[in-house]
Amino acid sequence: MSTTMVAALNAALRDSLREDASVHVLGEDVGTLGGVFRVTDGLAAEFGAQRCLDTPLAEAGILGTAVGMAMYGLRPVVEMQFDAFAYPAFEQVVSHVAKMRNRTAGRMGLPITIRVPYGGGVGGVEHHSDSSEAYYAHTPGLHVVTPATVADSYGLLRSAIASDDPVVFLEPKRLYWSAADFSPADVSTAVVAPIGRAMVRRPGTSATLLTYGPSLPVCLEAAQAARSEGWDLAVVDLRSLVPFDDETVCAAVRATGRAVVVHEAAGFAGVGAEIAARVTERCFHHLAAPVLRVTGYDIPYPPPMLEKHHLPSVDRILDAVARLQWEQ
Amino acid sequence: MTVLDDSTAPGLVGPPNSHGPRRDPAPLLPDPEPVRILGTPAAKTFDAELQRDLYRRLVLGRRFNQQATTLTRQGRLAVYPASTGQEACQITAAMVLREPDWLFPSYRDTLAVVARGVRPLDALTLMRGHAHSGYDPYEHRIAPLSTPLATQAPHAVGLAHAARLRAAADPETAEDLVALALVGDGGTSEGDFHEALNFAGVLGAPVVFLVQNNGYAISVPLASQSAAPTLAHKAVGYGIAGRLVDGNDALAMHSVLSAAVEHARSGRGPVLVEAITYRLDAHTNADDATRYRSAAEVAAWRARDPLTLLEGHLRAAGLLDDAGVAAAAQAAEDLATEIRAQFDNPPDPDPDSLFAHVYAEPTSQLREQAAELAARLDADADAATAAEDEAR
Repeated sequence: MSTTMVAALNAALRDSLREDASVHVLGEDVGTLGGVFRVTDGLAAEFGAQRCLDTPLAEAGILGTAVGMAMYGLRPVVEMQFDAFAYPAFEQVVSHVAKMRNRTAGRMGLPITIRVPYGGGVGGVEHHSDSSEAYYAHTPGLHVVTPATVADSYGLLRSAIASDDPVVFLEPKRLYWSAADFSPADVSTAVVAPIGRAMVRRPGTSATLLTYGPSLPVCLEAAQAARSEGWDLAVVDLRSLVPFDDETVCAAVRATGRAVVVHEAAGFAGVGAEIAARVTERCFHHLAAPVLRVTGYDIPYPPPMLEKHHLPSVDRILDAVARLQWEQ
Repeated sequence: MTVLDDSTAPGLVGPPNSHGPRRDPAPLLPDPEPVRILGTPAAKTFDAELQRDLYRRLVLGRRFNQQATTLTRQGRLAVYPASTGQEACQITAAMVLREPDWLFPSYRDTLAVVARGVRPLDALTLMRGHAHSGYDPYEHRIAPLSTPLATQAPHAVGLAHAARLRAAADPETAEDLVALALVGDGGTSEGDFHEALNFAGVLGAPVVFLVQNNGYAISVPLASQSAAPTLAHKAVGYGIAGRLVDGNDALAMHSVLSAAVEHARSGRGPVLVEAITYRLDAHTNADDATRYRSAAEVAAWRARDPLTLLEGHLRAAGLLDDAGVAAAAQAAEDLATEIRAQFDNPPDPDPDSLFAHVYAEPTSQLREQAAELAARLDADADAATAAEDEAR
């Protein structure tokens, strides 16, 4: 059955609400409207306005309220309407959500899922297109997860809600309407999408593309196009930025000896810099070339008519692959 | 006459769900003058034993503040933001809460934490520096001391809201609890204060916000902080009740706070209480208050010391004699002795605790880092042993 990412996320929320009475969804427009992207469509009707709560328009208040709810034993699932709209809640995320378990020597964990639609490529305005993963990944105490496939959207969101730790769940809005043959009823979440495990989406022998979220389809397309150049590219979907799956990533890089990291966010001090450093530290003697990065430029998010130049493209990825010192 | 004096809910002005005027603000307004009981006829009918109890607790509270400040001078406490002069607020904040209730303190509210039953050493852990928080929040129903201002206020709203959700879903385990959030005058400028009050009003959560207005946010006086008629007036903008009280009048504090807490408990909505008080000590032991306030101002407030006011009243009313004062003083000395004893053993925090509670299960990266630190410490210990052997 053909399912969109939005429908898979909706199914994950519905199944979590159904199975666990402590799960509560809250955010702006998540109730009657079903969310601006319709991810919470029908949940208020099925579970009531209190289980899927339309809140005042105030992100710090939403997250701060969720912290208190989690202190009392609930599992809040918070929707931040857009990447850049999540910033008012940043203090709550950094100073409390990420730190409460550590502050209380393990006595008070906060099982909060923070859903954030993120990334560009949808013709959105400046503040609807940010890739904010590095802010969260740089904050110890948070798990940071981003699905790239319809099945993972369901499986990872179920895992995030079930996690006893806070999870920042980044939803690539560019892929919201992507569809795949998927039925939630077939899924065992523990097998399909555990937090902390990367997945090799395409085996290859020439070089390894390391990517996540909205850039996965671009990388798969690049790998397909690379065949005509004689390159057999492996593609790894990180899925979980924190915890980071060093094992899978390093095995995939050692197998080819060459790696390119691809993400939309600005490159400077980005997640790709961390990945390139980790791979270099762990796989140096297996590498035939420096680890390269293909990322968004170090600029504020561009206006929609220019974003195609900013986002990693098949051509930019293939250009990077070409620079992996093949003529040694 | 405020909404707290009236059991009926404030009436809607407009039709339900209208976005025109919805509510008559008058019942939400605080009294024009702070509520006072000391020196008024109401003091005569105030429960005598409760008055004596308040006195004993305030004496203990003052001694706690003094002893903690002394510990900073001895280097046994890194920092202490004293609540000297604010003991009536601190003590009544703990006293008006019942067992299922929750307290959400800020960093200046250590005394309230101790008054709710936490061991002084555990309440002062954050300031001592061997861990971030020393008590079990679930055992005492007290959130960890919050250092970022007003950020704990929305937590109080969320917890109170969650308790009501659970009560509705499962009446068997229902707890008619109230969450009490402690904020300072400076904290009322923070966005989180605004958002917490707004959420509390919209959700109708059983929360009480106690603003201890001690006149200064470190050095910045209230006039530079807010142009509101009073901080209690801010409540009206959120559709919740505001109350203004003399924070140095222990009887008024107890009366207004317990009424606010029971108002919230009974489902009639949140309350914002502004207590006008004064921080007699500096912001912390590291602060120099003479740079921003005059000796004359401090002297004037010393004359309105909550402890002095209460003792004078109790003596005049024949509720306290020299023997009672001496007994309270002795209990305070016993407390100080106990606190010093608790601080006798130097802390020995376990470096492994750095990694143990970042996540429910440490990540592989944290396990690697913990092993790296442990190996380094082992090597250091071996080197120290070898050096000792050589010295012998």
